[in-house]
Amino acid sequence: MTTLTYRQALHDTLRAEMLRDDNVLLMGEEIGVFEGSYKITAGLLAEFGPRRVKDTPICEEGFVGAAIGAAMLGLRPVVEIMTINFSLLAIDQIVNHAAKVHAMFGGQATVPLVIRTPGGGGQQLAATHSQNIEVYYAHMPGLKVVAPATPADAKGLLAAAIRDDDPVLVLENLALYNTKGDVSDDPYTLDIGRAAVMKQGRDITVISYSRGAVIALQVARRLEEEGISVEVIDLRSLRPLDRPAICASVRKTSRAIVLEDDWLSYGVGAEVAATIQEGAFDYLDAPVRRVAAAEVPLPYSKPLESAALPDAADLTKVIKETLDATRYPA
Amino acid sequence: MSDQVRTAGQTTTPDGHSDLSGEPPEPLVGYYRQMALIRAFELRAAEMYTKAKIGGYCHLNLGEEATVVGLMAALCPTDYLFATYREHGYALARGVPAERVMAELFGKATGTSGGWGGSMHLFDADLRLLGGYGIVGGQIPLATGAALAISYRAEPGERAEAVMCLIGDGATNIGAFHESLNLAAIWHLPIVYVIVNNGLGMGTPVSASSAEPELYRRGCAYRMPGTRVDGNDVLAVRDAAAGALDRARSERRPSILEAVCYRLRGHSVVDPARYRTKEETDRLRSLDPLPQFRSQLITAGILDGEEASRIDTDAEQAVSAAVAFAEDSPFPGQDQLFARTYATPVPNTSTSLPGEPLDCGPDQSDRTG
Ligand SMILES: Cc1ncc(C[n+]2csc(CCOP(=O)(O)OP(=O)(O)O)c2C)c(N)n1
Ligand SMILES: [Mg+2]
Repeated sequence: MTTLTYRQALHDTLRAEMLRDDNVLLMGEEIGVFEGSYKITAGLLAEFGPRRVKDTPICEEGFVGAAIGAAMLGLRPVVEIMTINFSLLAIDQIVNHAAKVHAMFGGQATVPLVIRTPGGGGQQLAATHSQNIEVYYAHMPGLKVVAPATPADAKGLLAAAIRDDDPVLVLENLALYNTKGDVSDDPYTLDIGRAAVMKQGRDITVISYSRGAVIALQVARRLEEEGISVEVIDLRSLRPLDRPAICASVRKTSRAIVLEDDWLSYGVGAEVAATIQEGAFDYLDAPVRRVAAAEVPLPYSKPLESAALPDAADLTKVIKETLDATRYPA
Repeated sequence: MSDQVRTAGQTTTPDGHSDLSGEPPEPLVGYYRQMALIRAFELRAAEMYTKAKIGGYCHLNLGEEATVVGLMAALCPTDYLFATYREHGYALARGVPAERVMAELFGKATGTSGGWGGSMHLFDADLRLLGGYGIVGGQIPLATGAALAISYRAEPGERAEAVMCLIGDGATNIGAFHESLNLAAIWHLPIVYVIVNNGLGMGTPVSASSAEPELYRRGCAYRMPGTRVDGNDVLAVRDAAAGALDRARSERRPSILEAVCYRLRGHSVVDPARYRTKEETDRLRSLDPLPQFRSQLITAGILDGEEASRIDTDAEQAVSAAVAFAEDSPFPGQDQLFARTYATPVPNTSTSLPGEPLDCGPDQSDRTG
């Protein structure tokens, strides 16, 4: 077991997978000579050379599409899109091609492609550079979308994504790159499509993913000191969504809140809340609440940006409101 | 004109066709056979569409047969082909049995894509036909990536693999076309971008859509050599394509080949092509490559009229057999609905039909209401 940053865990996993399989190659803007906008690929060009680490021009549609085509011939490209905002330039290739090729051609082709890309606001990058648009992809049959919250999950989910024969979007987060955690030194993969119980609890379930899961865990630990027992579910996978895990937790706690960095309407929380009302309706003691981003293009100015993004205080407030509304402790 | 771009030089007869003397006769007859098959297939596809046996969109290669057959004659079995949605002819000339193409159009399990793709999405992994694509130009980045995979794995050489990517004239205006050309040029990829210039994108003429209407010059910004060839001349197309493929194989240099041809009918089966005048339609009919090539073969003594008619009849019969096969084939079973979404099974993928309850896991608690 070693304590690693989320960044280091991603880096080490890329390196290990490249050593394991010559078909794994990296593609993206500034990943080689510049060593990556967020330095995930630092040192890999020097170690593996330009055949395995391919700097691309600025052409998201072109290089993501090329990675899909290369994957159709059996390579396993891992594409870095600098931030998820720029994936919009490639969305036709991701949605109309990566997600469709296997089914539409009757199962004759596979697309073992990984798209790594960070989302996340809170960095004062203003409206176009701060979005959480993972639901665009999570909506899409044919894609898989994972969103690791911890360094250990970053390793296990990225390795699983690279070995998977389907296109997988690995959602990273700018605010997580420097976070630390214990990571097993042995190689391992995690199941795509399974949530994790980050913390057991009795009174209320908070469901989240990526940066939100880390905040939920912090809030849960703090509330434990106040005698409130919060269960934290980290979805880890947005498609497929682990509905049984969500419902099993809510059947136990009878209360649920979703914490999500995306915008509220049509967001991850909407899907989770709908799942809960179908799978755990009889158990609910309170309406499912969503703590999500305010529905505005994110402002640059710090006070406004902070006001628009969900944080620990917002979550704490909603947990208490939900408990109060149900006269907790009953 | 720079030496980067040129129109294909071909030894031609006084009436402007490639000289057949010196060509072995067997392949020439084979080309005619393929052209006749495509013609018969497309006419029957149109008929089956009006009988509602075929759904969706249905785009035909009528009038483009010489281009189709010339291109496929240049392609080796080890090469990869990425096509557009106007691809029945390419599939046939590449060697996909007419039965399987028609079955796909009918949405049957025996079709090239098991009934999942339809007319626009024919695929045959064994024949390295890596799909038709219904999103205009969607295949261009994919084909470029396939060429990347080839260069990732193997050295250039006379027998190296290469990629041919078909592109409509209208599709040369999309961003991905230009991004892909740039990538292929900087990465030295073994690919030939074939612009099938049939003069129209739906109803829009090239002159109205492209600031550089000489489409073989559109690679100039990427220093990519381009050639224009008469798409009604099967041999000229074949030879120009072979040259471009050789350059891809041996030198890892991408190039553009523009084949100028004509669409005899509307954009798709349902388009009456009212935007074309009668004079224009008559002119295109007079350029129809099929009767031209037929009479060329007869004039050259390679076929006599009777043999040519027999080929036409054979084509008709093959298409009738294809229709019968498609009719008799089963539709894919409903049990297959969720079998194709993913290649690697993972937990919790949804298999709920509309109106079915979500899978929310076993309810083991005894609490109710
Ligand atoms: C991205 C996209 N935009 C629009 C369309 C609708 N559409 C289908 S074919 C076509 C014209 C394409 O013309 P061209 O590239 O010249 O090919 P042709 O049909 O002549 O073979 C259009 C606009 C589409 N399928 N995809
Ligand atoms: Mg056209």
